[in-house]
Order: sequence, then C-alpha cells, then structure tokens
Amino acid sequence: MRKLGSIAAVAAAVLVVALAAWTRQPAADGQGAATVTGKVKFTGAKPTNPPIDMSEEPKCKAKYTTTPTQETVVVNPNGTLANVFVYVKSGLPASAKYETPKTGVLIDQDGCHYRPHVLGIMVGQPLEIKNSDGILHNIKAKGVKNRPFNISQPTTMTSTRTFSAPEVMVPLECNVHGWMQAYLGVLPHPFYAITGVDGSFTIKGLPPGTYTIEAWHEKYGTQTATVTVAGTESKTQDFTFAAK
Amino acid sequence: MTAPCRFGLAVLLTLARFPFPVSRVLTAQDTTKGKAVYVKWCAGCHGDGGAGDGPAASHMLPRPRDFTGAIYKIRTTASGQLPTDQDVLRSIDEGLPGTAMPAWKDRLSERERRDVLAYLKTFSAFFQDTSQHIVPLTFSKEPGGARSAAALQVGRQFYDSIGCWKCHGKAGRGDGPSAPTLKTDPGEPIFAADLHENWRFRGGAGTADIYRRLRTGLDGTPMPSFSDLIDQKFLTDEQLWRVAQYVRSLSPERAPEVRDVIHAPRILGGLPRSPDDSAWARVEAYWFPLVGQVIRKPRWFAPGVAGVWVQAVHTRDSLALRLEWDDRSESPDTAWLAFEGRVLDHLASDDSVATRADLWPDQIAVQFPRSIPAGMERPYFLMGTPTDPVYQWRWTSTPRQAAAGLARGVGRFEVLGAGSAPGAEARFADGQWGLVLTRALATADTANELQFEAGRAIPVAFFAWDGSNGEHDTRMAVSAWYFLALDQPTPPRVYLSPVVAMAVTLGLGMLVATRARRRAGAGGAGGAGGRRRA
Repeated sequence: MRKLGSIAAVAAAVLVVALAAWTRQPAADGQGAATVTGKVKFTGAKPTNPPIDMSEEPKCKAKYTTTPTQETVVVNPNGTLANVFVYVKSGLPASAKYETPKTGVLIDQDGCHYRPHVLGIMVGQPLEIKNSDGILHNIKAKGVKNRPFNISQPTTMTSTRTFSAPEVMVPLECNVHGWMQAYLGVLPHPFYAITGVDGSFTIKGLPPGTYTIEAWHEKYGTQTATVTVAGTESKTQDFTFAAK
Repeated sequence: MTAPCRFGLAVLLTLARFPFPVSRVLTAQDTTKGKAVYVKWCAGCHGDGGAGDGPAASHMLPRPRDFTGAIYKIRTTASGQLPTDQDVLRSIDEGLPGTAMPAWKDRLSERERRDVLAYLKTFSAFFQDTSQHIVPLTFSKEPGGARSAAALQVGRQFYDSIGCWKCHGKAGRGDGPSAPTLKTDPGEPIFAADLHENWRFRGGAGTADIYRRLRTGLDGTPMPSFSDLIDQKFLTDEQLWRVAQYVRSLSPERAPEVRDVIHAPRILGGLPRSPDDSAWARVEAYWFPLVGQVIRKPRWFAPGVAGVWVQAVHTRDSLALRLEWDDRSESPDTAWLAFEGRVLDHLASDDSVATRADLWPDQIAVQFPRSIPAGMERPYFLMGTPTDPVYQWRWTSTPRQAAAGLARGVGRFEVLGAGSAPGAEARFADGQWGLVLTRALATADTANELQFEAGRAIPVAFFAWDGSNGEHDTRMAVSAWYFLALDQPTPPRVYLSPVVAMAVTLGLGMLVATRARRRAGAGGAGGAGGRRRA
C-alpha cells in the first residue's frame, strides 16, 4: 500500500514538473511538432584514420586493446557517416526565442580522447568539461565569434564554461596531446542532431515552415538542403558525402 | 585627499560613465590620430587592417598580433576575456621581449600610445560588445620565503604535478614531450618558453609576472590558465605562487649583461676537457646573444638558439673553451620533423628552391681571425671573405665531431689538414648542449691557424644552428665580434708592489709628522709671526 502511494506521489510529481515545463514553453511561433529526419551516407573509399602513439601516456594507452586512431572520418558498418552535425541553419521565425537548458552538455576526456567527438550546445548552456583520465589535459576552445579560452586540468575534475554567440563549429583541442580534437556547434535554438553509429539524425519539434538544413563534417565540409514541413509532418532528408 | 577634491573626482567619474556627445567626439578624434600613428609605426608588421599580416609579418615567428580576433597573450583578465586597456598599453609600452615587438614608451608620446590603443580596438567588434565585461582577476600578494629551499621544493613539486614539464621540460628548457607539437590558434609553430631565459618572457621577467601568466594563461597559445585549479582546491593560491617562484629561480638573478671580453684565467694542473668537469664551476661565464642571419640569402629570421654561454681557461700551452647553449632537441630528432616542416612553411623564404624539412644536425662554430690583428681591423664578421678568410672551429652533433678550417664567406669552408681539428667533448642533457673545445696555444701551421698569445685581445665570434628548427647553411644564428683575452700569469711584483708602496707611504708620512711636531715644539709665536710676515 505504502509502495503504491509513493509511486502515485512520484507520478504526480512528474506530472507537475511536466505541466510546469509545458506551461513555460515560449511563444507558439518558435515551437511545433514537425520532424526532419534522415541519414548521412558515405560513398567512395573509406579513408584510414591515423593511428595514435600513446606511449607517453601509459594510463590512456591501458584503456585500449588495439592501437587507438583519430576520429577524423568515422564510417559506420552500414555505409553511413558518423559525427555529422545536422542543424537548422535558417528559416526559424525571427522572433522565436528558445529557453536555455539548465542541464549541461558533457564532454569527457577519457583515454586521451574527447567523448563525444562532435557536440551541440545552446548559447548560454553550460558545457561541462570533465577529465576522467586524471592526467594533465588542457582544453582550448578556439572560437571566433565566441571568446576563446584555454584551461588546465591536471587531475580528475570538471570545469564549466558557456558560449555567448552562435557558432558552427567551435574547435576544441588539447595541446598536451596534439591528436585530441573535438567540435562544438553553438546554436540559439535546440534544432540540431549528431549522427551516430547508424548515421541517422532526427530534428524534432519544428514549427511549420521552410528551413535550410545544413550537415557539417570536419573533413568533408558542409552540405545544405531546403525542407518544408507543415503541422505534425515528418520529412526525410538524406545527405551524401563523398570520399576526397 | 581633501573633501572637495574627492567630490570633484566623484563628479568626474560619474560624468565619465555617461556617453554624452562630447566624449564621443573625443573618442573619434583619438582613433583618427591613432590611425595616423598606427599607419606610420605599426602597419608594417600588423597590417593595414590589423590582421597581423603586414609586409614584414611573413618573416616573423611568432607572428605579429592579429587585432581582429582581440585575442591577447598578456592580460590580467581570465582566459577568454578581453584585455584591459592597461594590459594592451603595457605590451605597447614595454614591448614583448624575445620577439620583434619593441618597447614604444620612449618612441611615442603617451598621447600617441593611448590614441593607437583606441584605434587598434576598432579592429575587433568584441571591444564594442557591451556584454563583454572586462574585469581584471584579483591577484594576491607574493608570499615570503621565495628563495628558501622549502619554498622552491614546493614549487618544484607542483611544477611536476600540474604538468608544466609536459611542454616546458623536466629542467624547464622548453623541451618537454609535447613541445614539438605546439601550435598557436592559427596553426603556427610555437616554442614552449625556455624558463632559464626569463629576460625573454613576453609578459615580464619577475615572479609576479610569472604568477599572472599562470593565472591567466597566454590566450591564442597552448599555455592554459591554472585558475580553475585554485577554485577546485587542487592547489592553493600560495602553492601556485611557489610554482612561479620556482620558475623564477631557474633564471639568473639578473638578465645577463653582454660584455665584450672573455677573460680566460690561467690555471694550474690539467685542462678541463669535459663539459662536466668541476673546474668549470670556478670560471666566469659570459653570455653572447645570437640573432638570425639576415644578410646573405636565404636569410633566417627565426633562430632557435637565443645565445651561448662561454667560459675559457688556459694552461701554459693549451686553451679550453666551454660553450653551453639551450636547444630544445638533440638533432637530428624525428620527433621534431613535423615542427620543422611548420617552421619552414610559415616563414617566407628567399631561397630559389623551397627547403623541405629534413634531419639536420645541431651545429656550432667558433670563429677567430687567422692571426691576432695589430690594430682594430678584423676580417668580415660573417665568415670572412674569399681574400680575407677567418679561422673557424666547427662542431656538429651528427657525426659528433669538430673540425678546423678556413671560411671564405658563408658557404665556403675549407677543412685544414689532418691533426688540425680541436679536441671536442660534448653532452646533451635536458635541452642543453655543453661542449668543450681544446687546442694547443701554438701550432705548426702558423699561416692558417691562429696562434693564441696571452695578454692580447683576440677577436672571437659565434654561430649556431638548431637542426630541428630547419637550420643549416645560411639559416643560422650569428653573433658580432667579441674578444678573448688569455690572462697572463700574475708576476710576483703584483703582490710585492702594494706592500712596498704601503711601507714607503707609511715611512714618508711618519717623517712629515715628526718634522711637523718638531717645528711646533720650536714655538707657536714663530708660526704666527710667519703668517704676519706674509
């Protein structure tokens, strides 16, 4: 009985929070129920990523059973491309304002690698920079529209920073380990996705309209497509990057 | 400060906050005047549009500042923040030691410097962005005990634990394992600072300057800020000061003064032939700065060796020179090959054929005339001429050997016959070469080989090549002519003469005193009478 009561209490709490979140939604012109989804395909010869010599960092080296490589081009088994940042470049109502999430976006330095390799974040949203390795890393953000920064993390710790301006992309790097690179897309809205192991992306909650969708890859550059969605419509828009 | 005075200041400060039209007009005038100063004095390196791309820029590493990004190394603000006006003025006033940026405080008036500051801020929109709050960090005072062994030990401990050595090296000479991979934000190669040469630190040589760089980082470079570590209680503010004190302790008390003459004392016993011979600890060291060779093409604007420490001793029949110079790599070193490639890619070359990165050795040369000149005339400092050659000792790291020969200008070196090479013993440790070169004072080949003589001013010059920096042939660091003097053994009369002189002085003094007393004893009236007679 007591158990049932507590479940009910939790459910009620969730409902209240959800309601509160729903009522806090900004003006309807910025939000909607349309979806753009798709896959990022890859054609041509799959390039080999350079191997990384981690002999200077035994602690990192121990985290791998095979020689670690850079993540410049990650082609999935199904022939799609991972680490592509897909986002709404333009088309949102000019007046639309999107609330900055309080929860942060995590980037972890683990095995002398940035995890994840490509990230998205909203303007003002905290970027939590974690060092799980416990060895010296420095993290340098090389923004142009955002102020750059460079902080030292010689131990297991987390630092937090925010970004003040939209910028695709802000490169992140470690100077102690020249191979460590990551890319951060900073946007004023939440309409972005990053392709993962199946090469797909989904951008949800779009208001009706015509959008320029851009797909960005660190080696192959950008591609754009124009997509028009209405109401709760879901449209598919694939991209294809070819080997260079 | 008196009350009315304070009130006046308050009014002024309040007024200064309001952007009323008058101040706008003044600012406009400032930037117009600032532009004139900028175009005349700054644009040659920093470029007309402030992008750090003036005509001279491609010859420089580090590159001139690109003002369009508003990223400044030397600040009192947190990493990522804009610098204060004072921060930028400081770099203008004092210059950036170790770079091509001179100090302007004695060349431009204060007004001109402030105007040019106002103008260079117009190159970046960040300075117009009112959401950018420019707040200097709060810096604590340096804790005492800077020189105590305990303080330095704490500093050293944190130097290791916060990973300074990763770039700056175990002994602090900029030779850490990550050093060959370092780049600036735009991708230019950059050296980790050699912490033994604090007079070349961009933001100042003092302990407080070092502490500030640790707190703020050097934006645009791989040097991060360590402020987060204090916030997260990984180390205390005092412990960060200890790191600064330790780093300061690696350099000499004062920046080395360049002196013209190397004194080589005469020593008893054997010649110290090893660079680690304890005898060298008792011999004075002389610092000679080296600069890029920019006379003969292909010229070289970014030498890796900043200077050489020289010591000399001689015995009755032989001379030993110890040269020590900081060099981040024991070339050839494949770890530095990519770095070398970036250096060559970023420096404009006036070579007819593009030079590619290769495994060059480190080299050093010591140059003398063929014979001690009678007057002030010396051969051409840049390795002589075809008709007036110079006598040189040349040492290379691979193969590790020295040779003697005649240089008839850059690129023409004729090795002298068998047995002419000086003795050479070298060691490389923690980013530093030590080399002892030895030779008999007198040799048989008096026509080509300099005959060393005590008590004479012997012209001497130095050249260095850092192979991992792409240096070979004309791409080298050079010095001016200096002098080497083999001190003569002290003759016994030097010790005897002062004693004799003192005895004579004492004797004469006593004689005068005795006579004066005797006169005085003859009667005071006589003395007075004498004056009346005059």
